[in-house]
Formats: sequence, structure tokens, C-alpha cells
Amino acid sequence: MNASATSVTPAAATSAYAWRNQLGTYLGLLAVLAGMVALFSSLSEYFWSAETFITIANEIPALAVMAVGMTFVLIIAGIDLSVGSVMALAAATSAAAILQWGWTVPAAAALALATGLVCGTITGTISVAWRLPSFIVSLGMLEAVRGSAYVVTDSRTQYVGDAISWLSAPFFGGISFAFLLAVVLVVVAQLVLSRTVFGRCVVGIGTNEEAMRLAGVDPRPIRVIVFAMTGLLAGLAGLMQSARLEAADPNAGTGMELQVIAAVVIGGTSLMGGRGSVINTAFGVLIIAVLEAGLAQVGASEPSKRIITGFVIVAAVIVDTLRQRRAKV
Amino acid sequence: MPSTSPPAPPTPLLAIQAVGKDYTATVLDGVNLELFAGEVLALTGENGAGKSTLSKILCGLEQATRGGMLLDGQAYAPASRRDAERHGVRMVMQELGLVPTLTVAENLLMGRLPHRMGWLNRDALHTAARAQLAKIGMGSIDPATPVSQLGIGQQQMVEIARNLQDDTRILVLDEPTAMLTPRETNYLFEQIAHLTARGVSIVYVSHRLEELRRIADRVAVLRDGRLVDVRPMAGMSEDDLVQRMVGRVVSDLDHRPRRPVGPVVMSAEGLGRGTVVQDVNLELRAGEIFGIAGLVGSGRTELIRLLFGADRADRGSVTLHPEFESKQPPALNGQASVATQIIATTSTTARTIARGFASPLQAIAAGVGLVTEDRKSQGLLLSQPIRINATLSDLSAVSRGGWLQRGLESRLVQGFVRTLGIRCRSAEQPVGQLSGGNQQKVVFARWLHREGRVLLLDEPTRGVDVGARAELYGELDRMASEGRALLMVSSDLRELMAMADRIGVMSAGRLVAVFERGEWSEQSLLAAAFSEPGGRADTTPSKPSPATA
Repeated sequence: MNASATSVTPAAATSAYAWRNQLGTYLGLLAVLAGMVALFSSLSEYFWSAETFITIANEIPALAVMAVGMTFVLIIAGIDLSVGSVMALAAATSAAAILQWGWTVPAAAALALATGLVCGTITGTISVAWRLPSFIVSLGMLEAVRGSAYVVTDSRTQYVGDAISWLSAPFFGGISFAFLLAVVLVVVAQLVLSRTVFGRCVVGIGTNEEAMRLAGVDPRPIRVIVFAMTGLLAGLAGLMQSARLEAADPNAGTGMELQVIAAVVIGGTSLMGGRGSVINTAFGVLIIAVLEAGLAQVGASEPSKRIITGFVIVAAVIVDTLRQRRAKV
Repeated sequence: MPSTSPPAPPTPLLAIQAVGKDYTATVLDGVNLELFAGEVLALTGENGAGKSTLSKILCGLEQATRGGMLLDGQAYAPASRRDAERHGVRMVMQELGLVPTLTVAENLLMGRLPHRMGWLNRDALHTAARAQLAKIGMGSIDPATPVSQLGIGQQQMVEIARNLQDDTRILVLDEPTAMLTPRETNYLFEQIAHLTARGVSIVYVSHRLEELRRIADRVAVLRDGRLVDVRPMAGMSEDDLVQRMVGRVVSDLDHRPRRPVGPVVMSAEGLGRGTVVQDVNLELRAGEIFGIAGLVGSGRTELIRLLFGADRADRGSVTLHPEFESKQPPALNGQASVATQIIATTSTTARTIARGFASPLQAIAAGVGLVTEDRKSQGLLLSQPIRINATLSDLSAVSRGGWLQRGLESRLVQGFVRTLGIRCRSAEQPVGQLSGGNQQKVVFARWLHREGRVLLLDEPTRGVDVGARAELYGELDRMASEGRALLMVSSDLRELMAMADRIGVMSAGRLVAVFERGEWSEQSLLAAAFSEPGGRADTTPSKPSPATA
């Protein structure tokens, strides 16, 4: 930018520079979250209780793991609208495996994950092979996969019983195994994003795909892997959901893709690609979950809940955009 | 330009008074400058000297943090580009501000499209557009053509035409000829002469010294945000100018001896793609710079893309010679031993690849690098830091088992920042914030990070100022002396004549001539560039074809 700053500052100072920006985001999201908790605690005497937080903790794993995958998808400037349907199909296939085909629980769980993986791979491969926008491909998948879920469940909710409920049962101080798994996934995914060659390529492709290609990185397999991984995580979300509800509902997760995208976007990941963080996405998930639980507790009606949620999403993105713009100058 | 220097002490049209600008650091400090009606004032200096900032302040794109300006004796502090335009101050930016999907006419008259109750009046639109194009001698362009179908030089002319409006009093041109052919440049200069005759003042920002000589009445030199000198152009030699810009003496590269002739490392045989590149045969030798001259649209960029596998050739082949495979560049111990050392490590046989590399990935794996023509859209991740941009070419060297070694990476990149003299706050600064020359150094760092046998460079000094250019030349020299084969496309003949050992000239997709150092002259190179091989095969300037994966 200017000529007067010539020398290179030492490594310690350089990471401080990047850190300040990062820390600002964390603190901002944390402040929003704390503000919401404080607000709901003052509005409802029941909100501030261990019970509320355990409930929230046990409801969010499905949303959280899908949001982890979606973060990667948005960073490569893609979008995956099919995650809600994939979640339902994965739950449905595992239910069918247990109830109709007599599979063991681990085998059925593996089938659910495989279902998700296959769906994601299809979305990724089609959009890469024919260079189609992932918006369109995943929109098609959203319908096709939902239809498949109806076929597998015979359009009825399949009651699995408590075969896999251990996944979402209270396990440690009321916290479920699913929640712990989600936390671990968030941490691992953040490390993959920021510390691996793969993560570097993901960010690079989202920033400038042609530059990456000319630098010797083939973007195609990486794109496919990102979608495949998102499918796999949606499959895992399906397992978590059917463990919690002890049932596979063909309508499960309808419209959930938008909730997932909202969580990722609230966390500051750019829809234009190239910028995002899994940790921030986790904050986004928490904000959505707290908002939902809080509004329910203060007795807001379903319509007003949705209106308020809509405003919160847009407001969060406005704040993030302003902050980013300021950081640029 | 005749130096019609302004009469004794008239009141200046514009007076810049002690203008300064601070971001986190001071980029402009205490600049006092006057602009008189009808003169061409050249604004020159190294990248980062503050030329762009000053011209942006003039045009309302930035606001001064100190000092002020007077326009016709009235306080002038434009808050936006629009505001400046209302005062008759317009700017032609280096980056094109055209909407590629709209037509030439629509772009020219954007914001004041003729209409009847909201319905576009096409006839009036095209008449007005044609008149405006004719002003700069571009009357042959059909105003109904979408801008995206024009060559980049023509796009630049449209951009200029857009800003040549009747109410223009001050026109700021930022590197206007960077992408123009000599003929287009001549039209532009004629048009500038017409404008100044009408009393319009021109602020001409450029690095191209020979142009300043032709066009400028006075020249203002900035260095490190300060005004170093303002004086009439007449009587100022290029050496004087360069010395003032850089603050040191730049050595003359023109009369260097040819570098030692190394073995052929890579060659192309009958390489071609459609009509864009046809039957190109060339040999790249270790330790030398092979220059490619030619007009914009002659297939230079397209040839480089074929050699790199960015586009796939549809005929011919690329051969990697045995010498290519010796991965280790010979140590820096005397020029003479370079060639023999390379030969000594030879073991394998030549590898011929039909239709060239299938992808950049293959080319890079084999040891071929590319410095792209357009570093912003094809070279760099602008929002990402220097560190990430520099190591992209070889991430395995900074990772273990897929995990990046941040400490190692930072140390490596800081080494590049030091050796290349990249001016930045730190290696964590996003490259989008660096000046053009420093951005290009980051691209160079990438190919220092990945050492290869061959480096292809497309207009490596475009948009780079004189001082940084000298540093890039030094770097190219060093790479050649280490035994790399460099192929360099440039529109700047003087640059090629200074740097290259051989120069190939392209015209209409063919390599029409190859000159050895000492055999060429500016005239012979130009004559070859303007020659038309095999009749008029393809006269429309072609753009780089979209990437085929």
C-alpha cells in the first residue's frame, strides 16, 4: 500500500495481526450469544437453568454437524440445499435396515453414513463434471432424495425404538454422546480448515479458482470431497436425529438446509466463498438454538418466532459485513 | 507534444496545497502542485510513491486527511467520484470499469442513456455513442457490440471515450497505454492534443518514460509520498527522471553480452490450437531468456497457456529433453560451468508429450512454472496473505502428512520477503493491499519456492514501476544464471531487448521470426510483428480462450 513500511515484522507480530481480527469475531459472536442469554433470562425465570442448557445441547448436534459440512461448501463458493433431505434418507435407510432387513445396529449406522456419503458425492460429481452451479444440482437432489426417503419409509414414520438411542441419551452430566461428537467434529474440522493442505486448498479455491488451477492445484477432486464430506455429515445428522426421536420420519429435516445455511452465515462465512471458520459456525448454531429455545420459553407463538428469527439472521450478517469492511481499510 | 508551456504566472486551474493522506502510515505528505489550463502534467514515480493516491484524491475516490485544493480559486474537496465529475474532473482508471455484458454504446452513455418514458431510444443511443467513439478515432467499432467481445486494448479505448465528455476540465489518465497497441496509443495522444487545445488539463500518470517525453509539458516526480521535483519535460533526460524516481542510479542493461548457450531443456514442435496459435516450433535453453514479442492478440499469451497446459493444444507436441529432468539447478559457481554441469547429470531420454501438458498440474509437477499476464484474476488470492500466496506452488514442502507446518512456512516466506525486497507490513498482509510491483514479487516468490527447470512469464512487469522493474530484472537474471530456462512475453520491446538472449516474434498466431542477441533492432522486431504470415488469417484481436479443464 505504501512505501514507508518496508521491513518485515517478526513472526510473533505477524500472527498477532491475524489474531486480532480472529479474536474480534469470536468476541463479537460471544457478545451476541451472552446478550441473548441475558435477555431471555430476564424475560423468563425458567430460562437460566441447567435444564434449559442441557436441552439446547442435546437438540443441536444434528444442526451442528451439518453446519460443519456447509461451512466448507460455502467457503468453496458452493451451496448444498440437499442436506435436510439427505438427513431424512439416511435415517430412513438405517431404520429400514434395522426393522425390515434385520441388520445389526452398527451395520445400519454404517449404512446411514454411506447413504449420506453417496448423496454428497453425487451432488459434487455432477456439479464438477458438468460445471453446473451446486445450487441447481443440490436443488434437484433436495427433491430426489426426499422422494427416496418416502420410498424407503413407505411414507410413514418408522419407529426404531431405543436401538440407537444411546447416541443421544444423557451420558455425562446430562450431556449426550452426540453433543460430544459434534464438539469434537467442530474442533477437528476447524483444524483441518486452518492447518492442513486440504483446508488451504479449500480456502484458495473459494478465493480464486483459476489462480489455484494455475498454481498446480486441481480444484475438481477437492470440490467433490467437500460435497461428499457434507453428505457424510448429513448422514451422521440423520442418525443423531433418529436416535433422539427413536424414529425415522420421511419429513424430518424439511427446510432444515436453510437453518443450516443461516447458522453458517451468522458465523460470518461468506456466501461468495474464500472466507469462513468452523468455530464461528458453531457460534452461529448456538445463537439459533438459544434463540429458538428462548422464544419458546417466553411463550412466543410460532409465527412470531419465525419473524424474529428472520430479523436476527439478517441483522447478524449486517453486523458481520460492516465489521469486515472496517477491517479491510 | 509541442511544449506550449503556460504563459508567465497565470492563475492555476487547480492548486493542490500541502495535501497529505494517512492510513495506518503516511502515504502522501505535504504535496504542493499546480495544474494549469490546457497542459499535460505527467505524474510519475515508483509504485507506492503516492501517484495513485494523489490522483484518487483529485477524483474524489479518496479524501485527503491534510491540506486542501482550489479549483478555479474555489475550495475543492470532492466527496465522491460523482462529486468530482460534477466539477468536471474525470478519471480513467487502470482497472477497467466497463460492464462486459452490455454494449459499447450502453457503457459509453451509462447513467445518461437516452430514453422515452423509460424506454431505451436505440437510435439516439447509437448516434451519440458513434460520435463519442469517433472522437478518439475508434469510429470503426460498432456501438452495438458487447464489450466482452472487444480485445482488451479496445476496451481501454472505450473506457477513455466514456470519460471524454464536453464538460471535462481535468482528465486524469492512470497508465492509459498499458494495454494499447502503438496505433491506439497514437489515437489517444492525438485526442489528448485536441483536448488540451480546448483548454482541458490532463494529469497523466505513467511509468513509461518514452511516452512522457512525447506527451507531457511538465513532469512531477513523487517518491515515498513526497513531491521530489516538478519541472518542464523538455531538457529532462530519461536518466534524470529515473534517478529522481528511484533516488539511485539504475544501470543500463542494454549492452549486456549474451548469456552462455545452454542445452535445450524443453521444446515445442508444431504446437497449435485453432487459428489462435499455429505451428509453433521453439526451443528453450537452460540459462537463457527467450523473449516473445508481438502485438496484443498475436497469440503470445495463448502460446504460453499451451506450453503450460492451461489450455490444451489440438496439434503438435512438447518435448522435455533429458537435461530437463535434472531437478537440481546447478550451484552458482561461474557461468561457464553451468552448461557442463547440466549435461553431466543427464541420464534419461527425451520425453515427448503429444499436444503438450494436459493440465497446469502436470506442467508444474514436471518443473514448469507460469507467471500469468493478469496477476489479479489469474495469479493471486488477493484477500489472502503473502504467506499463503507464496507457498501455493508447493504445499508439500511446507507440510508433513497433509498438516501445514506454519513455523516452517513463515520462515520460508519471510526469507522470500527479504531476498525479493517485498514491501509490506508483514508476511500476513493480504496481497490485495500491496502495490503492483510487490504483488508481482509475491508471484515470483511462488516460483522460487517451487524450483523448476522452466519459467514462463507473461508481461511480468506490466503495471510495475521503474524501480521495482529493475529488481524484477535482477531476479530474472539470477534465475537464468542458476540454469533455469525463462520464456518471457512482453509488449515492451526495450525490455525484451535489454533482457533476452533470443527474441521470437509472433504475428497472427505464428512464430514468424527468431532473432539472436545482436541480430535484432527495434525496426526488425516491429517489422516482424506487423508482418502478416500466410495472408490475413485472423485479424480480430482474440482474447485468451476460457480455460478448458
